[in-house]
Amino acid sequence: MSEFYKVSSNPHVRSRAATNGLMLAVIVALMPAAGFGIYNFGPRALTVILVTIASTVLTEFLFGIYKWKVKRDGKGFWQRTTVTDLSAVVTGLLLALNLPVTMPLWMAALGGVFAILVVKMLFGGLGQNFMNPALAARCFLLISFPSAMMAFDCDAYTGATPLAALKAGEQVNVLDMFLGHTGGTIGETSALALLIGACLLILLGVIDLRIPGSYIVTFGLFVTLFGGHGFDPAYLAAQLFGGGLLLGAFFMATDYVTRPITIRGQYVFGIFLGLLTGIFRVFGSGAEGVSYAIILGNLLVPLIEKWTMPVAFGHRKGGRRHEK
Amino acid sequence: MAKLTFVGGIHPYDGKELSKDKPIQEVVPGGEMVYPLSQHIGAPAKALVAKGDRVLMGQKIAEAGGFVSANVFASASGTVKGLEPRRVATGDMVMSIVVENDGLYEDVGFVSRESSEGMTREEIIGIIREAGIVGMGGAGFPTHVKLSPKEPEKIEYVIANCAECEPYLTSDYRRMLEEPEKLIGGLKILLQLFPGAHGILAVEDNKPDCIALLKKMTMDERRICVKGLKTKYPQGGERQLIFAATGRRINSTMLPADVGCVVNNVDTVVAVHRAVMEGRPLMERIVTVTGDAVNSPGNFRVRIGTDYSAVLAAAGGFKGQPEKIVCGGPMMGFAMFGLNVPVTKTATALLALSKDDVAAMEPGPCINCGRCVEACPGRVVPSRLADYAERFDEEAFVANYGMECCECGCCSYVCPAKRQLTQEIKSMRKILLAKRKKA
Repeated sequence: MSEFYKVSSNPHVRSRAATNGLMLAVIVALMPAAGFGIYNFGPRALTVILVTIASTVLTEFLFGIYKWKVKRDGKGFWQRTTVTDLSAVVTGLLLALNLPVTMPLWMAALGGVFAILVVKMLFGGLGQNFMNPALAARCFLLISFPSAMMAFDCDAYTGATPLAALKAGEQVNVLDMFLGHTGGTIGETSALALLIGACLLILLGVIDLRIPGSYIVTFGLFVTLFGGHGFDPAYLAAQLFGGGLLLGAFFMATDYVTRPITIRGQYVFGIFLGLLTGIFRVFGSGAEGVSYAIILGNLLVPLIEKWTMPVAFGHRKGGRRHEK
Repeated sequence: MAKLTFVGGIHPYDGKELSKDKPIQEVVPGGEMVYPLSQHIGAPAKALVAKGDRVLMGQKIAEAGGFVSANVFASASGTVKGLEPRRVATGDMVMSIVVENDGLYEDVGFVSRESSEGMTREEIIGIIREAGIVGMGGAGFPTHVKLSPKEPEKIEYVIANCAECEPYLTSDYRRMLEEPEKLIGGLKILLQLFPGAHGILAVEDNKPDCIALLKKMTMDERRICVKGLKTKYPQGGERQLIFAATGRRINSTMLPADVGCVVNNVDTVVAVHRAVMEGRPLMERIVTVTGDAVNSPGNFRVRIGTDYSAVLAAAGGFKGQPEKIVCGGPMMGFAMFGLNVPVTKTATALLALSKDDVAAMEPGPCINCGRCVEACPGRVVPSRLADYAERFDEEAFVANYGMECCECGCCSYVCPAKRQLTQEIKSMRKILLAKRKKA
């Protein structure tokens, strides 16, 4: 029998959790929303989704192929493509769900390239981006092609989105908003489908309620106090189900890479997003605010983490930072 | 009532069913017994014998090399073959006394006593020191040092660490079931040292039979209570155990005595009993031989100095080729190159795994998921500490409590990117500790 066994430093066992497994869970959890989007807006929604995913995956694949890395010892090697971790698929899917169904396909593809190339890979790839790639791409498209991005008139629906109608002082049907029979981007309309996906992620332990909970509660309080409707359950429900709030709170604000890693920091982050979204929606010129709120929140993450670094077990807050 | 536990921790596959129902068996050692001079934390012991000497079982063959050090005893009779460096489980070469076992087990004559009543503190600690007893849970800190805090009257709790949170290990479990009277007797002797203290038997609640048995046996003991702790790794870590049992917190710069506690492992407490009541020094321990690559896993009473190959033979050898063999549990044990390594005072188990998780998994980039933060019992941020360690950023590492890491391995276990978090932090700590020692 061989006398040389494998040796390594402890621990010698690992959990089954894996990066691509987590990404797969997010993809599965987005399926109800994507499925409803296709049902709601017709087959073109599927085309938009597939084109966007293809552009993100292809961008990451090509970028990976052309990456020559040099190790500390001076030896170089071709870095293997990182597509297999599935994170590009998540980015592409999230971006597609944030686009209107009438979006010209080349714009959707451009958004995918921007998300992966500029926001993610140029900053070092998975884990290194400081902004949510899908949201950064959405904001990029919003600024570059505002009319295409705001074109919510399609075969199925015409007229304003519920949030815009709400802002204009019109009545909206809360039940339709909950089920998703309204205009909007492909994935944001159905609160029900999003909540099903969110429950799945929570049950699988992929996300927890710290960020979505503090985000939604803070936002709810904000619109109650400053929305100008007082405590009006119908208005509050419309605000919560409308726009990208649920999609943002459960699927984008919880993006691991761009949210604080500290536990207290996650509450701070959620509260901050709630306040910003409230300000943008109530006082802003547009009806939407989730994307910009999360992007701005992402920028503050390093600061939030710095303030909320935990104190080690057995040490006192404000005690000596350095040992003897 | 909320269960007694700590914040953080993990629930790995515990593998205890492989060996938990196997009664303790004796292992017949091979021809050569190897006694490393450093089986404990502190100064190595000094050899008292030379090549050609005949030694008896229970004879002191090496003497403590300082206050924080421990004597070493022969666990068989025979002839000293030499004094030479031998490889130990941690992979280091350590100066060792090699004895050719003559198989006679002729002993020096052990003097037992009826009762420890009336013995003074100095007498008891003297016996414990003489018997070469060290912490047998894995750390190997000399027990007499632990039992000599600056202010013994301030000790309020003497805790017997019966948690055995490390997966696969069942040696403490069998010890508790088979020799509970020695455990309780040993704890009573320790309580004699600290007249103001209460004894706590802290057991994880995955061993309900032990809890029931110990509770029954300590019913009339006013100073001893049994506490069931939530089953979670690393519940048996000293800091986690003290917090779960008493609600007190210590950090890496403090000793348990700073919060009025003394913590000893099951096997250590039994060794104290044996030394005081039977006059027998530390010559043996219980070793669990287990893992999916072992033919018949079980628990064995092994003489210290026995070669691991003899221990493995007692468990029926390997079935198939294992990829990895570990001295100790899967979370904190040491992977070994080969089996020709002696069982030492701190060897809790021999674990043979047919698949090595670590080699099969390629580390990827951190995705900042925060699982390590939630699992860390030290409440630090392992992923960031590992980054600092990679960059050798000493200042940031220390400022973010890098030195508080207890190397329990939870962060590496949970990491979905399979990063070597514990390993990075561990090597950084080693470097910094060595640097401090030098300064």
